[in-house]
Amino acid sequence: MERIPVLKLDQFLLVTIQVELHDQLALTLQDDLTTMVSRHSSRGVLIDISALDIVDSFIGRTLAHIAALSRILDAATVLVGMRPAVAITMVELGLTLPGVSTALNVERGMTLLREAVGNEHDDEDDAE
Amino acid sequence: MNKNATDVANVIARHKADILKEWIQRQKESASSLSGIMSSEDALEQSSQFLDLFSAALNEDPSAENDTVWGEVRTMLESVSRSRALQGFSPSETATFVFSLKQPLFQRLRQESKSADTLADAVWAMTTLLDSLGLYTAEVFLRSREQVILQQQQELLDLSTPVVELYRGVLALPLIGTLDSERTHSVMENLLEGIVHHEAAIAIIDITGVPTVDTLVAQHLIKTIAAARLMGAECIISGIRPQIAQTIVHLGVDLGDVTTKASLAEALKLALAKVGRGIAPLKTGTGLS
Repeated sequence: MERIPVLKLDQFLLVTIQVELHDQLALTLQDDLTTMVSRHSSRGVLIDISALDIVDSFIGRTLAHIAALSRILDAATVLVGMRPAVAITMVELGLTLPGVSTALNVERGMTLLREAVGNEHDDEDDAE
Repeated sequence: MNKNATDVANVIARHKADILKEWIQRQKESASSLSGIMSSEDALEQSSQFLDLFSAALNEDPSAENDTVWGEVRTMLESVSRSRALQGFSPSETATFVFSLKQPLFQRLRQESKSADTLADAVWAMTTLLDSLGLYTAEVFLRSREQVILQQQQELLDLSTPVVELYRGVLALPLIGTLDSERTHSVMENLLEGIVHHEAAIAIIDITGVPTVDTLVAQHLIKTIAAARLMGAECIISGIRPQIAQTIVHLGVDLGDVTTKASLAEALKLALAKVGRGIAPLKTGTGLS
């Protein structure tokens, strides 16, 4: 079955969507990601959608679900590389993805994730 | 019918100078208010060119439906009509260019024709022909006017939504004028393209120039900010005048967690702080500010 590869990098998971994301594929990705997050106890998930030129309401909702699931499993989600046309479509559809962090490119997304995780470490240090 | 047309063409050929003179006289009378705009040499040249093409086309095919034969006449009329539209002629004045040919032409036809029947036939044929050509000029006239309007609209739209880079990673979007849905769309597109192009992390939307903010405008602003956020850029709204702040609160518009600042300067300071920069006085400065 067709799958989107999920890469593990230290404490983060990377996903680059480079094919057309149809409904079944999105659901499979959601399952894979949750499994991987809990197996590796990852702290962050970065989803790169720069190659995606169509996002419908279902995909948008699935992305929001992935973020919510990761949060429950204690991992931050960053969505990077959304194209202008896609952003406009999402807003027109009313999908503003509250609670999902966004970044312009993978580099900034990684910085954001590291910051999020780093802050938590600091907090722990403070607590100790 | 065909013989008629050839006859007419012959009449035109024989009396070309006379017809031309009278025709131009008619044109001048009908467009007296604008006679200053167009030189009589131009009018003469256009009229004589039209007569030549017209009689040549008449010899070929009188029905005015054959595109290859009448294409040249139509192209010529198009250019005349377009240039007049841009010069500020009215549609009826432009169409009169063709219609005013009728009187001198029919007069010559009456002199030349042998019987009332042939005259009536020829006049009828010419009337339909010239009418269709005249209507065609009016149509082209309107089309070129519409083109001008469309072009101006586009220019206005482009002009009104500039995206400027204030600092590396900080964009400003000064909005001037009322925001409607079409403008919001182009503002949004420009802003998002600008974010990609400049790799911006923060965009300042300055609404000092927006005269009124109602629920719809606020809705549009919120949409734009949401779209920018999806691309990973944060938005700051600046330049909210006291009256506008009052309307926003009275209307119960919820701007959500959007950062707002009173002035562009304040917004810039905040934006710079967010990208880890700041503005500090120079030691060598005059200390005036």
